[in-house]
Amino acid sequence: MTGGIGIEHYIIVSSILFVMGVLGIFLNRKNVIIILMAIELILLAVNINLVAFSAFLGDLVGQVFAMFVLTVAAGEAAIGLAILVIYFRGRGTIAVDDVNRMKG
Amino acid sequence: MSIISSLYLVAPEVILSIGSMILLLVCAWGGAKSARIVSILAVATLFAASAVALDFLLNPSFADGGDAFFGQYRLDKFSSLTKLLIYIAAIVSIIIAPRFFENAGVQRSNVMRPEYPVLVLLATTGMGLMVSAVDLLTLYIGLELNSLAAYVLASFLRNDERSAEAGLKYFVLGALASGILLFGMSLLYGFTGTTSFNGINQAFEGGIGTGALFGLIFVLAGLAFKISAVPFHMWTPDVYEGAPTPVTTFFATAPKVAALALTMRVAVEAFGSQVTAWQQIIIFIALASIVVGAVGAIGQTNIKRLLAYSSINNVGFILIGLAAANKAGASAMLVYLIIYVAMTLGSFIAVLDMRDAQGNQVEEISSLAGLSKSRKGLAAAMAIFMFSLAGIPPLFGFWGKFLVFEAAVQADLIILAAIGIAASVIGAFYYLKVIKVIYFDEPADVIVESDSRVHMVLIAIFALFVSPLGYLLARPLSNIADQAANALFWAF
Repeated sequence: MTGGIGIEHYIIVSSILFVMGVLGIFLNRKNVIIILMAIELILLAVNINLVAFSAFLGDLVGQVFAMFVLTVAAGEAAIGLAILVIYFRGRGTIAVDDVNRMKG
Repeated sequence: MSIISSLYLVAPEVILSIGSMILLLVCAWGGAKSARIVSILAVATLFAASAVALDFLLNPSFADGGDAFFGQYRLDKFSSLTKLLIYIAAIVSIIIAPRFFENAGVQRSNVMRPEYPVLVLLATTGMGLMVSAVDLLTLYIGLELNSLAAYVLASFLRNDERSAEAGLKYFVLGALASGILLFGMSLLYGFTGTTSFNGINQAFEGGIGTGALFGLIFVLAGLAFKISAVPFHMWTPDVYEGAPTPVTTFFATAPKVAALALTMRVAVEAFGSQVTAWQQIIIFIALASIVVGAVGAIGQTNIKRLLAYSSINNVGFILIGLAAANKAGASAMLVYLIIYVAMTLGSFIAVLDMRDAQGNQVEEISSLAGLSKSRKGLAAAMAIFMFSLAGIPPLFGFWGKFLVFEAAVQADLIILAAIGIAASVIGAFYYLKVIKVIYFDEPADVIVESDSRVHMVLIAIFALFVSPLGYLLARPLSNIADQAANALFWAF
């Protein structure tokens, strides 16, 4: 590792991104699109972890795993947006606080 | 292990994936008219896959199973048994769908979209991969294949606001669960240097570091989301209520079997050398699920929400078997799962069969009043399912609970078993309430006769299975579950 950047730095960055992603889902009250972005942030945090560990261990599996995660993340975003579109057609809003037809 | 023999071992998944691809093309060209033929072919594909899985399960030449694709995928009795259960649930949820969709939706389009059986097939393929996964990579791909199809299924009635909302909620919380699971898997990979369950188990033999322990907890939390165990259960009632009823039937059975089987395999094969690290977590999750499932159901007025809480409650009982962390516990879990699938399929088909004079689904519990007068057969079946879910002795549901608690007591988890039994008494309250409404309340005369033979036959089959006659099957079921549990605990 160059410049004294060790594996722990990568883990710290990815942990911060992960926590931001989770908080983004729970604290955000405005817009479902922001939730989609938060989900992407979580998956990217995981990718940083996987690639950093892969380089650190000298093992390719982590990078292969990261490619799979990237692919699935694309599919997940597509499905999320599709569901959001049909939701918007029915309700005319995508505010998080309005997602409350069912309760109890 | 060559590629050809690997392909042979994954035969059920090959059949299902090729079948779903072809049927997707049929949908694309045939449009809405092809729904009937696509449904029939999808059921045929599932029967073919079930035949292969049954052969793997019973044929002595596959007794030891085998690993495919360089240790990514394992065929053994455990995976074959759970796959068979998943396929049965998928077949039933395709068969019951057309009648529902004929009357469903705001516009009453009167047709079923042909994509429904295809999505069920794709989800089933993913679940097959989940129960056979012996590597984190296979686990993730299987789980996502299942989840992505399930998100679309939940919002399948796209003109219905509740269905769209159910899909949205399921998507957001499911994606969060996948993210948590994935973060745990990345930590496990980093701190053990491998993604195979076996390798992780060996790395844990020398003790478990803080980083890997975090990974383990994140993975268990992600899996708890998927099996809707407390404290990650909050999506379940909303999704079960909002999703179209055949889809709810599917969600309550097949993915639950797959995710529970996956949890068992991860806990036993990947974390088996560090039982103390996860046993406390599983005990907590099991107890919390039983209590929250029982208490949360009490105030419900919608029968689908009630069944959602009932499934949370049942997951808690099933996890007691995992908390025992031995062969007897795993075998008891499998028997419970089989009985649970029969009870749940039966009660959801019974709900599906309740319609008012305009053909709308009846979901309010108060509308069930007087069912015992207007539809004696359905009322009796519903009573059998409710008594069985509550675990009242002459019915087969009791047997699953008995085995699970027996395993817990043998593993010296007496306090867990005692609290579990006490909470199952609370659970009995709301099951009995449904029966009380059906048999003793003033008739509401909402539900009319149904003319669906298919529903009748299916309800009768499942009602017979969970009736005291089911005990005739108790020994063969235990035998096969024991063999499956042995396959799971091969390293011990």
